[in-house]
Amino acid sequence: MSGQPTVFAAEFPPGTDSFEFDSLIPALRDTAAATLVTKITLLVWIAVAALIIFFLVAYRDPKIVPTRAQWMAESLYGAIRDGVCREVIGREGVRFAPYLTTLFCFILLTNLFGIIPFAQISPNSHIAFPAVLAVITYVVYIWLGIKKHGFFGYLKMSTIPPGTPILLLPIMIPIEFIQNLIMRPVTLAVRLFANMFAGHMVLLVFILGGVALFEAENFLLRPVSLLSWATAIAMTFFELVVQILQAYVFTLLTATYIQSSIAEEH
Amino acid sequence: MSTLAAVEGSVNTIGYGIAAIGPGIGVGLVFAAYIQATARQPESAGLTRVYMFMGFAVVEALALFGLVLAFALGG
Repeated sequence: MSGQPTVFAAEFPPGTDSFEFDSLIPALRDTAAATLVTKITLLVWIAVAALIIFFLVAYRDPKIVPTRAQWMAESLYGAIRDGVCREVIGREGVRFAPYLTTLFCFILLTNLFGIIPFAQISPNSHIAFPAVLAVITYVVYIWLGIKKHGFFGYLKMSTIPPGTPILLLPIMIPIEFIQNLIMRPVTLAVRLFANMFAGHMVLLVFILGGVALFEAENFLLRPVSLLSWATAIAMTFFELVVQILQAYVFTLLTATYIQSSIAEEH
Repeated sequence: MSTLAAVEGSVNTIGYGIAAIGPGIGVGLVFAAYIQATARQPESAGLTRVYMFMGFAVVEALALFGLVLAFALGG
């Protein structure tokens, strides 16, 4: 933080390099373990710890008239159970409520790191984390489908839509197979990743662009930096909306996929 | 041969701009349909909200594919 202020705008224009972080343990730099302890992984551990502690503390001593923490935890759980599980899966869906609530809270918290000061980047802007979450969803809905309908029953159900004419089967089967068994987890992961990636990039463009304008040679350009920073503030609120929406959408789509797996055959 | 005009930098950004047209229209249609449904039958708002978000998420995925590919493919 010493010397020329130009160092702040050194990253402008931002690129994929803006998402690389050095190891927090200096000894591990330039070794194979360099990515083990970075800002990103630290944020994930913080999110995990915060969630576990929050829910344990909130429900350590449950009261009939809830305390504030208990009320927050209960309304979160209630919102997912009634708004997602019951709504999408039906009465059977209540048994998935604990997992879906955890999923929602974890994604929401890791997304919110994108605009929380000092964190300022969401771990989900690295494809690895959304990919793992999508793989869990994938395994869950395929396992439920196979458990309910048997391997071939599930395969038939997910590749042949009811009422398809026989002549259309050669076209429909590959399309439905790719759609239901390959694209679903890919889009799930890419949607979350790309939203967080783009969100971080937009904030970088406006904030670092403001710095670059502020340090411009042409003094007429300097006041424009204020406009850039004002836009950055507006985009931060927009990001908040996107982050909540994406956490909700991920949970909702997971519920939809589970529902399509355990639905009765038509 | 002398060059009269040239595009420099990444052409991917133009590709992404074009790729975003379709999903842009699609997301607009999804929300328009939801508003129309709610205006015609206000009590169905809660019922159709889940489907609106589902449709929105599926349509939006296409635009995001464009964004990711714009970064993933060099050139």
